[in-house]
Amino acid sequence: MNPFIRIFRYGDIPEDKSGAGIVSSQSKNDWPLWEVFIRSTQGLDHKHVGSLHAADAQMAIENARDVYTRRMEGVSIWVVESKYIHASNPDEAGSLYDPSADKVYRHPTFYQLPDAVNHM
Amino acid sequence: MPLPDLEKIFEHKIDQEVKIEPRDWMPDAYRKTNIRQISQHAHSEIVGMLPEGNWISRAPSLKRKAILLAKVQDEGGHGLYLYSAAETLGMSREEMINDLHSGKAKYSSIFNYPTLTWADIGAIGWLVDGAAIMNQVMLTRTSYGPYARAMVRICKEESFHQRQGFEALLVLSRGSAEQKAMCQDAINRWWWPSLMMFGPRDSESSNSDQSMKWKIKRKSNDELRQQFVDMIAEQIKVLGMRLPDEELQWNEARQHYDFGSINWDEFWQVVKGNGPCNKQRLEARRKAWDEGAWVREAATAHAAKRNSRTAAA
Repeated sequence: MNPFIRIFRYGDIPEDKSGAGIVSSQSKNDWPLWEVFIRSTQGLDHKHVGSLHAADAQMAIENARDVYTRRMEGVSIWVVESKYIHASNPDEAGSLYDPSADKVYRHPTFYQLPDAVNHM
Repeated sequence: MPLPDLEKIFEHKIDQEVKIEPRDWMPDAYRKTNIRQISQHAHSEIVGMLPEGNWISRAPSLKRKAILLAKVQDEGGHGLYLYSAAETLGMSREEMINDLHSGKAKYSSIFNYPTLTWADIGAIGWLVDGAAIMNQVMLTRTSYGPYARAMVRICKEESFHQRQGFEALLVLSRGSAEQKAMCQDAINRWWWPSLMMFGPRDSESSNSDQSMKWKIKRKSNDELRQQFVDMIAEQIKVLGMRLPDEELQWNEARQHYDFGSINWDEFWQVVKGNGPCNKQRLEARRKAWDEGAWVREAATAHAAKRNSRTAAA
């Protein structure tokens, strides 16, 4: 099974309805969905905060500014049309993420060192 | 994976307090219950803008006007967070809005009451938003991830709504005799409908049991209502006003306030569409939607034109 699936909204539209080339069966005036990412302060990553509908990228940024930064929550906004986001399949979470569970030696706390150098 | 296994995984997640995310398998009824509840919640935020919008142009000062504008804008934002959360369950925005406009979907009955005086704006903030916050704080721990995240964001913003409402009433309560009377009158009219916001009694709430099992709800209607009464019965002392309930009394044994019985006939009448403003609210929503149609079309056309230019270049 392909571990990567395409999602249409950051929700759960089944795969057969997903994909960039698909024309909505609804009215042509239905604006596409965009995912919004906000950088809260200079020096931090952009973080996903939610989604909204907009006709184009510029409108998506303007709406995101009105909806997600009314209280100085951000200094920078990214928007991406939801249909372009690819996500790992939750059904495969076990095979994807469990293998790292028994590799404690990847963590610094695995190593017992003498007190003299333990701040290493 | 066979269905019983999927169900077992789902139940296990609920037991272990692991949030359910959009792509996870979930029982159909869980999906439907969440769609119904989240979309109704979204509709309530949007319709809730109407009674307050009534006073934006008539707010007593520029400060109050700016505050009210900010609050109404918040409600619009809250509606949007919630619509987005409901959309992750597979229902389109357009479908939800159509259901609201056709009368198929419900919204909180409280917004079918009129805002007759300026003091109503204060009472709405303090009582209506206060009641909503009780429910919403509980929902920050709801089992469906996108709903819980939307609620966290909403709760952060909502506390200003309640505080500004109380403050507006506080000013009136320290004002002239007319202002005091106006304050008391608003409290009289909004108190009982606010108690109804928590929904039917537990013994008569059809959806409650399963919702508690699935941890969509964490507290029952009656529990939340009692919590609200206990809070407001104390806060009203600061205003020097009184709640319109002769039976309201501290019960030492229960460590809660006792309160009078709610007029459930009125509750069901308003739910069924016969409240003072049901018709007016839906008409206002439909009108806004219809009159905004050209904007939606123009924006789509503009985006298409810009796309084709970019493609040609």
